[in-house]
Amino acid sequence: MHALIIDDSKTMRSILRRIVTELGFDTTEAGNGQEALDALEAGLVPDICLIDWNMPLMDGYTFVTRVRADDRWRNVTLMMVTTESEHGQIVRALAAGAHEYVIKPFTPDAIIEKMELLGLVAQEVPA
Amino acid sequence: MPPAGDDGTGVISPTSFAYVADLLRRETAMLCEPGKEYLVEARLLPLARSAGQPDVDSYVALLGRDPSERAKAIDALTINETSWFRDLAPYQAFTEAMLPPLLEARAHVKHLEIWSAACSSGQEAYSLTMLLRENLPPGWTARIHATDVSTSMLERVRAGRYSQVEMNRGMPAQRLVTWFTRAGNEWEVSPELRSMVTTQHLNLAAPFPPMPVFDIVFLRNVLIYFDVDTKRDILRRVSSRISPDGYLLLGSSETTLDLDDAWTREAAGRVWMHRPRGASPAGTAARPASPASPASSASTTVRATAGVAQSTAPALSQTGA
Repeated sequence: MHALIIDDSKTMRSILRRIVTELGFDTTEAGNGQEALDALEAGLVPDICLIDWNMPLMDGYTFVTRVRADDRWRNVTLMMVTTESEHGQIVRALAAGAHEYVIKPFTPDAIIEKMELLGLVAQEVPA
Repeated sequence: MPPAGDDGTGVISPTSFAYVADLLRRETAMLCEPGKEYLVEARLLPLARSAGQPDVDSYVALLGRDPSERAKAIDALTINETSWFRDLAPYQAFTEAMLPPLLEARAHVKHLEIWSAACSSGQEAYSLTMLLRENLPPGWTARIHATDVSTSMLERVRAGRYSQVEMNRGMPAQRLVTWFTRAGNEWEVSPELRSMVTTQHLNLAAPFPPMPVFDIVFLRNVLIYFDVDTKRDILRRVSSRISPDGYLLLGSSETTLDLDDAWTREAAGRVWMHRPRGASPAGTAARPASPASPASSASTTVRATAGVAQSTAPALSQTGA
């Protein structure tokens, strides 16, 4: 499994990398939407993209619309991880094709539970 | 949970810990065994500070002479971190295995009564209302009876407001935007869902107050905090409040086996549904409807669509949801 982490904050990328690495994911990092799109164009096919909204060059919302418009990446799961917390912003991201949405600040459990919800991480099997 | 003070103010002495364990045992029948000192320290240190006490031990001494601080301490010790739709499987069992036969069996009353026992801050109860709204046919009503030993938790359920951090915990984004609105820094559950939930103070270890007969009981992640005799007693009393064709869901590490032979188990995906002995297996002929009370003012007409979701995690508490 592979995660593409897209955030202009190196610290945030590092936090997310640690969380998903513990879940067994390999990771690639990008500092903005354009860098991430370039990585996809170069052949990277991640299982999930964790996407900040506000970034230079190309924001996360634009990245989502670009990915959703291209059939090559139809199976890539898109999850916003952002400080944008208005109801309308979440609706907009979902309408553009984001599958899930986590608002910063978050706990590691929040990311893990969303990955479970998306079927990307197996849940613990009850006794 | 905030860490205990690292300056010694948060460290609890064996005597104080024994007092707190005994207090919890007497007031709630909950077990607080050695090894949980860190949890007691973390929960009581903020209260000690706000009460002007220099350390946790001084605060515990205060508990002996101040009933209102005692109530606050019990509240703090019985509160759990909780999340929405966690564990997925119990909610899949709810929509896929329990609802279909109950919809058939209750066709003449078109109403369901559900108990969210040890409801904590209400994430389980409201998760269930979402599933009901999405899965009940038009014209049906349902009521979630949310109970807890903590009055402050019940106030939170009634308020239906949750912080951003709480909303991040397992709430699918689509449901967030469908059922919640922003209220300052918090999110507020829709009046429609709130009207489906009633609250009642209830100590599981004590005799139950008057309650309806329930079609489904969620009693998850709470029996683990009681000793065997209390577990057995709770299960016996729950069996008197559940319809003959109803369902009981426990936490993944909990069971009725070897505790109460009034129950049988049926598998539903990855969870066990506990049922009153003699109930028809789910998906076979429906049994007569329960005497569950018809829709009340707290009930809401619901519409149908489809869906499934997830619920919760315990710490030290009767507040299991």
